Amino acid sequence: MTTTPIAHRATAVAARATDLSKVYGQGETQVVALNHVSVDFRQAEFTAIMGPSGSGKSTLMHCVAGLDSFSSGSVRIGETELGSLKDKQLTQLRRDKIGFIFQAFNLLPTLTAMENITLPMDIAGRKPDREWLERVIDMVGLRDRLGHRPTQLSGGQQQRVAVARALASRPEIIFGDEPTGNLDSRSGAEVLGFLRNSVRELGQTVVMVTHDPVAASYADRVIFLADGAIVDEMHSPSADGVLDRMKAFDAKGRTS
Amino acid sequence: MFRTALRNVLAHKARLLMTVLAVMLGVAFVSGTLVFTDTLGNAYRNQSAKSYDKVAVAVTTYIDPSEAAKDAGIDEKTLEKIRGVDGVASASGRVSGFAGVADQDGKLIGNGWSNTGANFAPGKDGKDAAYAFTTGEGPREDGEIALDKDSAAKGGYKVGDTVRVATNGPVKEYTLAGVFTTEDGAVNAGGSLVLFDTAVAQQLYLRPGHFSDVTVTSEAGASDTKILAAVKPLLPEDSEARTGKELADEQAKQIESGLSNMNTMLLAFAAIALFVGVFLIANTFTMLVAQRTKELALLRAVGASRRQVKRSVILEALVVGAVASVVGFVLGLGLATGLRSAMSTFGAKVPAGPLVVSPTAVTAALGVGVLITVLAAWLPARRAAKIPPVAAMSSVHAVATTKSLVLRNTIGGGLTLLGAAAIVAGAAAGSDGRMIIGGGAFLALVGIIVLIPLLSRPVIALVRPLLHRLFGVSGKLAGQNAVRNPRRTGATASALAIGLTLVTGISVLGATMGRAVDQMTTDNIRADYMVSMAGGGALDKSALDAIEKAEGVGAVSPQQASSMEIKGKWHSASAVTPGDVEKVFDLETVSGSLATLGKGQIAVDDDTAKSNGWKTGDTLPAEFGQEGRKETRNLTVGAVYKGNEFLSPILVATDVVAPYEPKPYIPEIWVTMDGGASAANEQALVDALGDNPAMSVMDQQDIRNMFGGFINTALNIMYGLLAMALIIAVLGVINTLAMSVFERQQEIGMLRAIGLDRGKVKRMIRLEAVVISVFGAVVGIGLGSFLAWAIGETIRKEIPGYVLVMPWDRIGIFLLLAGVVGVLAALWPARSAAKLNMLTAIKTE
Repeated sequence: MTTTPIAHRATAVAARATDLSKVYGQGETQVVALNHVSVDFRQAEFTAIMGPSGSGKSTLMHCVAGLDSFSSGSVRIGETELGSLKDKQLTQLRRDKIGFIFQAFNLLPTLTAMENITLPMDIAGRKPDREWLERVIDMVGLRDRLGHRPTQLSGGQQQRVAVARALASRPEIIFGDEPTGNLDSRSGAEVLGFLRNSVRELGQTVVMVTHDPVAASYADRVIFLADGAIVDEMHSPSADGVLDRMKAFDAKGRTS
Repeated sequence: MFRTALRNVLAHKARLLMTVLAVMLGVAFVSGTLVFTDTLGNAYRNQSAKSYDKVAVAVTTYIDPSEAAKDAGIDEKTLEKIRGVDGVASASGRVSGFAGVADQDGKLIGNGWSNTGANFAPGKDGKDAAYAFTTGEGPREDGEIALDKDSAAKGGYKVGDTVRVATNGPVKEYTLAGVFTTEDGAVNAGGSLVLFDTAVAQQLYLRPGHFSDVTVTSEAGASDTKILAAVKPLLPEDSEARTGKELADEQAKQIESGLSNMNTMLLAFAAIALFVGVFLIANTFTMLVAQRTKELALLRAVGASRRQVKRSVILEALVVGAVASVVGFVLGLGLATGLRSAMSTFGAKVPAGPLVVSPTAVTAALGVGVLITVLAAWLPARRAAKIPPVAAMSSVHAVATTKSLVLRNTIGGGLTLLGAAAIVAGAAAGSDGRMIIGGGAFLALVGIIVLIPLLSRPVIALVRPLLHRLFGVSGKLAGQNAVRNPRRTGATASALAIGLTLVTGISVLGATMGRAVDQMTTDNIRADYMVSMAGGGALDKSALDAIEKAEGVGAVSPQQASSMEIKGKWHSASAVTPGDVEKVFDLETVSGSLATLGKGQIAVDDDTAKSNGWKTGDTLPAEFGQEGRKETRNLTVGAVYKGNEFLSPILVATDVVAPYEPKPYIPEIWVTMDGGASAANEQALVDALGDNPAMSVMDQQDIRNMFGGFINTALNIMYGLLAMALIIAVLGVINTLAMSVFERQQEIGMLRAIGLDRGKVKRMIRLEAVVISVFGAVVGIGLGSFLAWAIGETIRKEIPGYVLVMPWDRIGIFLLLAGVVGVLAALWPARSAAKLNMLTAIKTE
């Protein structure tokens, strides 16, 4: 089994943001999207980032995932510092070390499910690890759908393909941007179940941005963002607990 | 609705750019052509009016060159009588003919076909009104000449220099007495003109004391028509007098018809360019409509009728077409100006004159531009009107159904089959099949264009594994992207295919003709050298005598153009030297013997013998000479030979025709020499001919090159004219890729996010462009070759030993160019794809 060193790895940090700031514009029109945020994402942990619209949760994820540039501070993925990387190296880092799951599935309509799953390895020109691939495919239950094209799959199935794509290259960390946002609740629960399983059984690291308390309840840890700063954290959350916390922020936001 | 249309145009400026460019170029081609030919026509008309400006009446005699010595021409006495006519100010007698001037290196000045010599005809005041001397004066005696200014400059001659002048006979040296300018049309078109003393010119071109033309000027107030009426009775037979005005009008008419031919040809190529543009325009509007589905559905939902929606799209096209046409027209004016100066750099002097912009040119160019745009937008507009109001509510709009492709494929398949059948039938029908082939070609072309979306999938699927293997994931994705929108890919490829069909067609035909000509030369000629006049005129008999005396000459025979009337039918004949003719031409006797030519008999080629029912031994009554002076001689058919491309169907000894042709017309003299073609032998011939700049000595390779040169020039002109259509096709490829990149922003953003670097994104777009262009090229090359084969079949019978030649080197270059075109066309779309902001791309609305 490849998952033996879970206990050991649990202490290591997969990604770390230190004093991270992101500022748009200048002077009067200046908008602070992230305000000196420091956060660790530990290996083999499932983290949810929550917060109201405009809280900076997506920006945080984009910066840590190497999709967006930041104004100050530092971001590390494993041992690599992102701030100093050029576009080409950043692209390679995303390709080799990061997996993505998007809200709109973002599969290539011209490729079959299987081809979509192996796309990151295809881009890298690597052969997929057969054994691992089989496990991932079995986990998301797509074995009989591999030859289909995205248009022939339901939304839930498409997102399962996207999950498999993110897992297939065994990245150091997987980022999800509202992965259940376009799904009905049953399909959403399925996808979240796979993500949790990938953490528990395969030792993956997952960071997910969501505004859905039920989705957040699948995570090991929830980070709450407001106005570009981390305001709270919750471990082993329940949906109700998350909802209450959110309501509290909402009320605070309204009264202040 | 007009405001909506206008706003839409403004909102999609960038996406309409290629459409505007395509229409613009097409319109520029049309307006450039029209303005250029109008301007040229006007300039030439003014020119000819000017050259006849001072001429009241001009007299011309019709002289059969072979009978010139007899009694043709106007003598001094007649000229004096004309001078005595009431109102005549002056009457100058003219004689003219070929005269080539050598430059200081001994090369002919000018292009050969307009090297003229004439007499200097001074009036009582010692001046000739037709020529204005810039330095020196007119020739007054035997050894003097005058030269037009441009030719003197080209040869670097000054007054007092010795100039070598070649007429049909031997070269002679003259002293340059003067340099002049003139309104003469030929000189203004870049020809050379040598003026001799009248007596010299008469000796050279007609006979002493006689003129072939008379130019009459009138006194102030005298009527040209009255002078004409008075002059007419004074003239000998075979001559005609006309007023200067009539002649100017006639010349103008000739110029007009010449220009209208050029006009038609240029417009045909402009039409091809515009036709190619249709595909681009249709693509653009299809995309614009598809992107606006929701908006249009909303318009329908709030109560706009189908007609209103359709009209709004067409209105948009109208605005685009109008703007592009106006800009294109201005561009066309520039093109016309450029063409004129380009012509003069190629040596064809164009008389100066203002740019003529006729109302017809304006209306035609603008009308065509707008019409093409609106027509091309018609189908997309219809599709727009069919969008149901409910599409405004749903997030997924109706994608193009496969049902319409089925109908399309059926129609396309039918047309292609019908066209192919017609072409094959036409090819089988031989030379009568050309019209059938033309129709079939058109049908097949339309059919293939209709079918292209269907063809694109399997054809491109063939190269997909290769793309994947060579270029990795970029290649794989590019191959798939290329067939994602088969209609659009099809339209884009069609535009290129049309251009390449024509380019390939003419290339294959050119190569085939070139090879046929080579074959013909090798098969028919045994001579080592052909001697001819550079300008294509006739050689003097003295050249023949000179060659016969040259060192190392084996067999010599002129190919003297002759004719005879047999039983009421004119036959052209070649007068040749018996005994030598079979040594300079490859002649195969079917019956009899060519030796009989020496006994005054004739030889007839097999086709002529068959069609007239003649055979060896028949005696035919042959009539020579003109009406009224005919002489009959009975000639026996001594031999029947297989037709030779370089000889007329009847061979006769020069001795036989000599009594009837005192001044023989000899286009070529064929020579074999001891030791074959060699530099020394060629020099011996040139020396024997007195180093005559006007005569050319060609070996077999030179002859082949000459014909090959004609073919290449024709090919190059057509390539040049088709370039515009190809440029528009390339714009179409750019357009399609820009659209694809725009539509796939989200996808490209995702690919960037999961690790496709900028370089590979660019490569993906580039490869898609290459796949589409090479696909178009392959279809075009296939179709073009097929057409060339079919046309070749119709001329097979006329060309013995016909073989279809595929110019593989050129075809390879075309394919390579198509690839390069793809790469170039993808430059901008690929850049914009690589620069895409990932975050906006992957964000959902």
